[in-house]
Order: sequence, then C-alpha cells, then structure tokens
Amino acid sequence: MSTESSRLDRFISPSRRELWYRSYRRFTDQPMSIVGAVIVGGIITVAVLAPLVAPYPAHVGSYTDFANALEPPSLDHPLGTDSVGRDILTRVIFGYRLSLLLAATVLGIGVPVGVLLGLVAGYTGGWVDAAIMRATDTFLALPPLVLALAIASVFEPTLEIAIFAVASLWWTWYARLTRGLAASQRDEQYVQAAELAGASRTHIMLREILPNCLSPLLVKVTLDAGIVILTGASLSFIGLGVQPPRPGLGTMVANGTKFLPQQWWVSIFPGFAIFVLVLGFNMLGDGLRDMFDVEVEQ
Amino acid sequence: MVSIRQLLPRLSGMVISLLGLSVVVFTISRVLPGNPARMALGARASEEQVAELTAEMGLNEPLPVQYIEYMRGLLVGDLGQSLQTRNPVLEEILFKLPATLELITIATLFMVGIGVPLGVIAARNRGGLFDNATRVFAFSAVSVPSFFIGIVFQVIFGYYLDWFPITGRLSLEYSDSVARYTGFMLIDTLLQGAIGGHANAWAHLVLPALALSFGGMGQVIRITRSSMVDIEGKDFIEASRGYGMAGWLVAYKYSLKNAFIPTLTIIGLLYAWLLGGAFIIEIVFGWPGLAKYGVQSVLTTDVNALVGVTMTIGIVFVLTNFIVDLILDWIDPRIQLAGDNA
Repeated sequence: MSTESSRLDRFISPSRRELWYRSYRRFTDQPMSIVGAVIVGGIITVAVLAPLVAPYPAHVGSYTDFANALEPPSLDHPLGTDSVGRDILTRVIFGYRLSLLLAATVLGIGVPVGVLLGLVAGYTGGWVDAAIMRATDTFLALPPLVLALAIASVFEPTLEIAIFAVASLWWTWYARLTRGLAASQRDEQYVQAAELAGASRTHIMLREILPNCLSPLLVKVTLDAGIVILTGASLSFIGLGVQPPRPGLGTMVANGTKFLPQQWWVSIFPGFAIFVLVLGFNMLGDGLRDMFDVEVEQ
Repeated sequence: MVSIRQLLPRLSGMVISLLGLSVVVFTISRVLPGNPARMALGARASEEQVAELTAEMGLNEPLPVQYIEYMRGLLVGDLGQSLQTRNPVLEEILFKLPATLELITIATLFMVGIGVPLGVIAARNRGGLFDNATRVFAFSAVSVPSFFIGIVFQVIFGYYLDWFPITGRLSLEYSDSVARYTGFMLIDTLLQGAIGGHANAWAHLVLPALALSFGGMGQVIRITRSSMVDIEGKDFIEASRGYGMAGWLVAYKYSLKNAFIPTLTIIGLLYAWLLGGAFIIEIVFGWPGLAKYGVQSVLTTDVNALVGVTMTIGIVFVLTNFIVDLILDWIDPRIQLAGDNA
C-alpha cells in the first residue's frame, strides 16, 4: 500500500491533486450528498451485520408467535410485529440484505456485459455498432418491469429468477452509455497514439478508453442501484420475486395491505424502508455526478 | 416542418425496433418455458388434453414456422385466444386498454401540470428555500416505490380523510347507468351528460393517477429547473432583459419556451414509462386496466394473453417515442443533426 501511494505521489502532479481536492469539495459542499453517503453506508453496514444487530434473528423465516401478532410499535418491537408475531425491524434489516444482494448481482452482471458491448460498438463503429445498438434499442423498447414480468412469469417465481430477469435487461443501459462515451473518445489523440504505437484493440478498449469512461459509469451505477432495488421490490410486491417466508421488502408491503388501515405498520414500515434506501442511493449518485461533473441520463 | 428525409430514418428505426421486439417476445413465450399448453392447463390435466391444446396452438410445428405464423397473426391483429377465458386476446386487450390509457394520460397531466411550474419557480428562486424544498421533494418523488405511495394515499386520503374513493373507476350508483362508447370513463360520462358520473370518474382517478405520476414528476421538476437555469445565462435572455422587458415575460416567453425541449423529450419517454408503472398502480387501486389483465395472465401462465399484453405495451411505447421524435424535429430541427452525430 505504501509503495502504491508513493508511486502515485510521484506520478500525480500537484495540479491533478488540486483537481481531486476540488472534486471532493464539490461532493462535500452538498449536504444531500453527505446524507446519501451516510444512509447508504449505514444500511449496507447494518445489512452485512444483520445476524448480529437484528433484535430477533429467529424471526427471519417461518417463525410464529401468535400471542404477539400485530403488536403496534413498542420498545420491544420498534416497528411493531406482523400477522404471525414476527418482529418487523428484524425482517426489514434482513430484507435490506436481499435488496442489496439483488442490486449487486444485477449490476454485477449487467454492467460488465453492457460496458463490453458498448466499448466494442463505440470503438469499432460500422455495422458491428449498428447491430449491437439495434439489439439494445429493442430491449429498451419495453419498460423493464414489463419484460422482467414476462421473463419471471415463465419460471417458478423466486428471488433468483427475479434477479435473472432484471439482470437480463439491465446491460442495455450500460451498452448505450458506454457506446456513446467510447465513440466520443475514438478520435482522441491518445487513442490515435496508442494505435500508432501498435497497441492491440483489446488494449486500446480496456486500458485506454475504458479508464476515461469510469466516472460517468460510477455515477450511473450508483443511481441505478436505487432503480434496480425499486424494480425488484415491485416484482416482489406483485408476487413474482422474494417468496414468503423470506423477508422481501416488497413482499412484506403486499402482505401487510390486508391489515390496512388499522395495523398500518405491517405495510408502511417496510415500504418506507425501501424508500429510504433508494433515496440514499439517489442522493449519493447525484453528489457523485456533481463531483465528477458528468452528464448521465437517468 | 418535418420532411420525408427526416421521417424515413425514424420510421425505419421504428419498424426495426418492432421486429426486434416481436422476436424477443416470441423467444420469451415459446423458447424459454416448458410447454405453454401444459402450463396453462396445470399439472392435473391429462396428456390428451395437453396434446390437443398443443396442436391447437401450433406448438408442434418447427420454431421458424411458429414464428411466421405468429407474425402473420400480429399483422392481421390475431393474437390468438386467451387460454383462460377462451375469448380472442385482441378483443380483451382493446376492452382493457382505454382504462390504462386514461390513467396514464391523467398521470401525465399531473406530472406536467405540477412538475413544470414547480421547476420554473425553483429556477427563478435558485438557492432559496423554495428551490431546496422542491429539490428534496423531487428526490423523494423519484425514490418512492409507486405501490408504497399508493398505499399511503389510500390510507390518508381514502380511509382517514375520506376525500376520494380508493378502488375502481366508478361508484356503483353510476356504473350501471353509464354505457360504454369509447371506454374512456371521462369521455363516456360526458357523452351521456352524466355530470355526477363525470365528477365521480375524476374522483376515482385522482389518487391512482397522482401516485403513478410521482416518479416522473420528480424528473420533470429537475429537468425543467436545470434547463431553465441553463437558458437564463444565454445571450438572448440577457438581451431581452437589456431591452427592459419584465422579468416574468422573459421567463415565460423566452426561457420556458426554449427550456421546454428537454422537458418534452422526457415527458414522451415518461408517458411510455408509465405503462410499466401502471402495472403496480392498477393492482393497488383495483383499476380494471391492461396492466391488471397482464398480471393476471402472468399468474395464470396464459401465454397468449401475456404475449398480447407485452406486444401492445411495446407498440404503444415505440409509437410514443416515434411521435415525440417527430414533434421534436418539428420544434427544433437542430436535434435531428445532433442525433445523427451521437
């Protein structure tokens, strides 16, 4: 690590460090960016440590305790209990795990696939570009939720299928974004220099062009995490995502609607939990956008 | 004016998108699952029943033949029979579509009618309290799950305040007397001079349309605000100010008109996007539209109905984008050039 930083020190000019400092200041100047970072960081920490921090880890599965069913929020159960007496706070914490898992998997598959296709399309141009982008446009011609619904419907509904359905669509946005970025870099002098020096196409795409596309991609990933989580929660809400007794946040909202309006906490708290997480990602993404000063369509 | 030279590439692009879409939907419906006939009939159906339905649906043919058959059906508007109700799918979809279009049209009106003014006022008071408040509101609106805001509206405005009905399109006392002409409740009630019914239809629309519009409204606010801010710094705005024109006149006559182009683009995209959102909202509010039909066909694995719904939504989506592109070409010919270079 220390050799790494000393190497960095040698190569990074003071003016570049000044630029980084300014970017950092642009981020911290916006109170909303900080709030977003705190929300996202906090929720990820809690979700990772779920078995340690959740008050009733046993309530995650098909545990029942009818004596305590539908208890309103109290000191013992800060968010109340559900229709079979499980602690809602515990289930929300574990629900965050599933939501974050969904986002990480979908983006973990979608981003590399889309970025690679976009790089090839943008750098190569010609009919390769046309073919890849037409395929992309086709997938973009349907609301993702509807396509995910169609895919999820032909299998047994589970979280894994929901992840697969959403992931099989999400690469399109990255293909389009990266293609635009790569095409704009293609005629830059550093790319021409690399070509003249005899660098391979793979080298130019991955080592020359890609690093120059990273900041818009990072912003897009952050903003997208929220949208993926919303899409997953919507699928679960319809009944095509996380299945009971697993604590999917969307599933919990759907199951709680039976008890509205009297036992509102069963539905409202898990719904609010989704809102807070997505809000956090959006604020953080917006802060990063200001920081890197890039334009990303959402 | 839009010329043929502008129209042709857009038109061919649309046709290619639709062809691609038909392949995707066909693949999802025929290649991915096991036997759609078996799925529709359920595990307890006998082998003969399954074989019969398989033959009836043409599933014994080779896939390319099936695809050609399916395309022929699409072109003449034959989407097959619903495996559940045995009615032609097209008929059922046309019956349900107006309810959904009415919902998303009113949602779009809310989105624009509330979002654009908020964005303009925020831009005029940049950095002020109102600007920051709308910023927080826009962020929240984009981040809130539509089913959650729908439920919150139902609880607050439906149960506790009792201002609006929470399910359906029309109350019982009106639903018998209103005949169906167009399927758009707001139009049908007016055609029959049923003012009470018309007001009732509006009351039923308010909550679902507002809940549906939230996500898009956040985006409209932000894009209106930022394009107004961009325009404010332009020379021609400075010039009109220099001529001594009143601030509000400059804002509305010059800034807003120019700032509206990005807003219009996103409104077109959002109108189509709302079709997806409607899937959730129709479930929450018991709205008898296409989305509810789609979800039902998903849950009963009615492949024909599902293909019909997905294709319909895809077609509306592609058509909307096509129309928005045309309007944009017409408003601002420079966009075409920029699009060619992108």
